[in-house]
Amino acid sequence: MKVFLLYPDRDFDLSRELPPNAADLSQDLGLDILFAAMAQGDQFLLDVARRVVLSGSDELDVILYRQEILKDCLKHPDIVRQIYSIPVEFLERKRKEWLWISPRHAGPSSILSGAQRMLEVSLDLLQKLRQIADEHAGAFTSRGFRRFFSMIKQELDDTYLATVAKHIQALRFPKGVLLSAQLGNGNEGTNYTLCKPRDRERSWLKRIFAARSPIYSFSLHPRDDHGARVLGELRDRGLARAANSTAQAAEHIESFFKVLRWELAFYMGCLNLYEQLQQLNEPIAFPQVAPADERRFSCTGLYDISLALTMKRTVVGNDVAADGKDLVIITGPNQGGKTTFLRSVGLAQLMMQAGMFVPAESFSGTVCSGVFTHFKREEDRTLRSGKFEEELKRMSAMIDLIRPNGLVLLNESFASTNEREGAEIAREVVSALLESGVKIFYVTHMYEFARRVHEQ
Amino acid sequence: MGQPMQSESLHPSSVAVTSEEAGAVFQSILHFPDSVQYETRRQPDFFSDLNLDQIIEAITAHKEEYNLQPFFWTPLRDPELVRYRQEVMRDLEDEALMACIKAFAEKMRTVRRYLALAEKLDYDYHKKGWILEAALVYGDAVTALARDLAAVPLKSRGLLAFREWVQCYAQTPASQSFVAEAQQVKCALSELKYCVIIESGKFKVKRYEGEADYSVEIERIFEKFRQGDVESYLVKLPERSGMSHIEAQILEFVARLYPEPFAALDSFCARHARFLDETIQAFDREIQFYVAYLDFIAEFKCKGLPFCYPQVSTTDKAEFVRDGFDLALALATRDDAKPIVLNDFSLDGPERIIVVTGPNQGGKTTFARMIGQIHYLASLGCPVPGREAHIFLCDRIFAHFERVEDIRNLRGKLEDDLVRIHEMLSRATPDSLFILNEIFTSTTLQDAIFLSREIMARLIELDALGVWVTFLDELASFSEKTVSMVATVDPIDPSVRTFKIVRRPADGLAYARALAQKHRLTYEQIKERILR
Repeated sequence: MKVFLLYPDRDFDLSRELPPNAADLSQDLGLDILFAAMAQGDQFLLDVARRVVLSGSDELDVILYRQEILKDCLKHPDIVRQIYSIPVEFLERKRKEWLWISPRHAGPSSILSGAQRMLEVSLDLLQKLRQIADEHAGAFTSRGFRRFFSMIKQELDDTYLATVAKHIQALRFPKGVLLSAQLGNGNEGTNYTLCKPRDRERSWLKRIFAARSPIYSFSLHPRDDHGARVLGELRDRGLARAANSTAQAAEHIESFFKVLRWELAFYMGCLNLYEQLQQLNEPIAFPQVAPADERRFSCTGLYDISLALTMKRTVVGNDVAADGKDLVIITGPNQGGKTTFLRSVGLAQLMMQAGMFVPAESFSGTVCSGVFTHFKREEDRTLRSGKFEEELKRMSAMIDLIRPNGLVLLNESFASTNEREGAEIAREVVSALLESGVKIFYVTHMYEFARRVHEQ
Repeated sequence: MGQPMQSESLHPSSVAVTSEEAGAVFQSILHFPDSVQYETRRQPDFFSDLNLDQIIEAITAHKEEYNLQPFFWTPLRDPELVRYRQEVMRDLEDEALMACIKAFAEKMRTVRRYLALAEKLDYDYHKKGWILEAALVYGDAVTALARDLAAVPLKSRGLLAFREWVQCYAQTPASQSFVAEAQQVKCALSELKYCVIIESGKFKVKRYEGEADYSVEIERIFEKFRQGDVESYLVKLPERSGMSHIEAQILEFVARLYPEPFAALDSFCARHARFLDETIQAFDREIQFYVAYLDFIAEFKCKGLPFCYPQVSTTDKAEFVRDGFDLALALATRDDAKPIVLNDFSLDGPERIIVVTGPNQGGKTTFARMIGQIHYLASLGCPVPGREAHIFLCDRIFAHFERVEDIRNLRGKLEDDLVRIHEMLSRATPDSLFILNEIFTSTTLQDAIFLSREIMARLIELDALGVWVTFLDELASFSEKTVSMVATVDPIDPSVRTFKIVRRPADGLAYARALAQKHRLTYEQIKERILR
C-alpha cells in the first residue's frame, strides 16, 4: 500500500537534506511567516511545510499532480481532514498503548506479540479508511486521490481484513506450538518448522484407519529454568518466519500511516493557508507551469504573501510581462517596494514548484533548477572581513550551488563598494550567469549599470 | 651462537606406516624413508639475530594445530633431500593442486573438530551422531583427495608416491564399504521427520503426519503488506552445537518412534571406532609445511618480490644471489607502499667472506640478515627471497649480532664478544657460515682493528663462509678471500640512503673519520640526529 500523494510514483524522500541555501532563502524571502501560516501552531505541519516548499520539484508533471490534488482538497476540505485524522489516531493509539515492534535481538516471540498488537489496533482504522473511500471516492477527480482510493478499496476488502483478524488470533497458539523437525548433523534437531495442526473434521473413516503416531510427552520440573529456556528457544525457532512476516506487515501498516500523515500534512498546510488568505480577501491562482527552457514569467496582481500575512491586510500586487526574458532589472526610488517585489517573485517560484497555488491573480512561470538569493545584509555586525569581501564570499558560496536553469534574485548586490567597481563586477557576474543559462532578477541602484545592460 | 644442523630428534625413528591392503609404500612428504630426524624441539640460536623467528612465526601463525615449527627448525644438509622438497613445493605452486590440498586440509580439520566434540558429549546418540559426521567428512576427504590428485599434473617424487598410495588406500574394499555404510546410516537418519508440540512447561513428540507449513500460509496472508525494501525481522537464531537435556529427551523419543535407523547407527559406531589412518594424518600435517610457506610468500610475490628455488651444493662454495632481500623486513613493512630494495651478492673462486662497510642505516645489517636467511631457507627446501640463487648448504650458521648489554652478565662487553667468538670458532668447520654484525664496538678503534684482524685470519684459515658488517674499512681488503661490498648513498645528497649494497672497494675513510663514524659523529650523522 503506497500513499503517493506528493509524487505519482514515489514517496517523499525524507532522507533528502534541505538545500544548503535554505537558511538564506528563509531569511531573504520571509519564509518562516509562510510556514507559520501553514502550520497554525502545529509543529509537525510546520516541518512538513518547510521541507516540501524548500525542496520543490522541477518536474512539470509532479507540480501538476500536486496542483490537482490540492484543488480536490480545496473542494472537499472536510473529507480530507477526516482522512488525515486516521493516521493521527493510529499514532495516538500507538503512543498511548506503548505499541512497538521489538527489534530483532528481542527474539521471535517478542516480535510476534508486538506486531500482533500493532495490527490489532490498526484493523478498525483501515476499515474506516475503506469506508471513506467507498463513500467519497467518486467526488475526487485528481489522479492522486483516485489512485489512492482505488488502492484502498482493492487492498482492504472485507474478506481480507477478516482473514487477517482470524490469523492474528491464531498466532496466539492457544493449543501449543506445533513444530515439525528433522535430525541434522550430530542428530541435533534442525529445520524446525511451524505447522498447522491437522483439521479434526477429517472423515471418521480415515481417522480410524490411519495408524496414529504414538505421542510421547514430557513435563518439565517446575524449577527447571534451563529446560524452560531451551523449550522457549525451540519455540522461537519455529516462530521466526511467522514473526518476520507479521512484523513486516505491522511495520508496513505503520509506515503507511506515517507516510499518509506526512504527505497529507502538506495539503493540510495549504488548506490552512488558503483559509487565511480568504479571510484577508487576497486572491490565489494556480500557476501555469512552463518547462525550464521556455523562459516564461508573466503575472497580474503578484503580491508578497509574507507581507500580507504579517500586515494582516491586502497588499499591493504587481503585473509583470517578462516572457522570454532572462534578466529583469528593477530600479527605482527607495521604499518603492522593490525588495517586496523581489520577494514575491521568489515566494511564488518556490510555491509553484512545491505544487501550491501562488499569491497572484494570475501567474505563469518557468520551472527552475533552484532559487537563490543574494540580498544585501546590513544588520550583520559579527563580520570581521570587510563588507565587500563578505558579499563576494557569499556570492561564491552561492555559485557553488547554482546549476543551469537556476533562478537568482539579487538585491542590491555589490553595492557595498563604489559604483564603478561594483558595476564592473556586477557586469561580469551577470553576464557569466546569463551565459550559463541562469535567470536573474536584479534590484539595483546602479543606474549606469542598469542603463548599459538595457542598451545591450 | 652456532646450532648444529643435526639436532636432537623429537620422535624416535617413526615406523613407515603402510596400508598393507593398499600394496603401495609411502612414508613422508617431508623426507625419504630412511632419513629420520626431521623435527627439532627448539629454534636454532641464530634465529632471532637473523629475524628468522619473525618469519617462521608469521609462516606458522594460524596453523598452530599442525605444530609446524619443529619442521622449520630443522635444516637439511642433504642436497637430494632439499631437491625432494623443492619438487613438492614446485608442484604445489599449481593452483588446482593447492586448492585440492586445502580442501582436503579443511575437511580434516572438520573431522578433528567433530571427533573432539563427540569426545566431550554426554548423550549417547548425540555423541554417535557426531562420530558419524566425522566419518562422513573423513570418507569424503580421502575420496576427494584421491580423485583430485588424479586430475593434476605431478612431477615430484613425494607427491607421485603419495598419490599412488592414497589411490590404493581409497580403493580398498574396507575403505569403500566404510564410506558407503556411513552414508546409508546418515541418509536413514536425515529422512526422519517428527513433530514437537510445545506447551507451557511441557512438550510432546510424535511422528510427522503431513501437517502443513503454517509459516508459508502466514507469509501468503501478509504478502500484501510486504512491499519494497522492508526491514527484516527474521531472527537468525545461532546454530547451537551441543544438546540440552530437553533436546536429548526429544532425541530419545524420536529414537523410540523410529528404532531402526538408530540401531544402524549403533552398529556402525561399534564397528568403526577408530577410522583415521596414520599415514593420512601424517600427510595432512606435513603437507602444511609447504602450504604454509607458499601461502606466506604469495603476498610478497603479488607485490612483485621475486622468489626462486636455489641450486644447492655441499661441494661448491661459489655462490651467488640475484635480487635478494630480507624477508623479515618485507614482512615488517608489508603495509608500506615503499618498495623493498633488492641486492645481489656473489662469491667466486677463492672468495669466502663478504665485508660490508658504509654509512649507518644504509642497509648493511639487513643485507647480512638476508644472506643468512637465504642460506637457512634454502636448507629447508624452500624457495628463497631472490630472483636466482646458487647456495652452499652449510653445516652450521653462526651469527653474532651486537646485543643490548645484559646487566646481569658480569663479563664486560668486550670479554663477552671474545668468549662468544671463541666458542663459535672452536665449533666451526670449513662448511660453516658466519654472520658477524658490528662486533667490538665497545673497544677502542685500535683494539677493534687488532682483534678483528686476528679473527679474520682465523676465518680465512678455516675457509668458512661469512658476511661481516663492520666500520673497519681495512678488513675489506684483507685478502683474496674477502670481498668488499659497500652500502651506497645517493650521489647527489649523501644523507639519502639507497639501501643498495654494491661490490666495490671500501671508501677508505681516514682514521679520524672512521672514528667519527663509529661514534655517529659525521656531518650527515650529526645532521640526521639533530634534525630527526
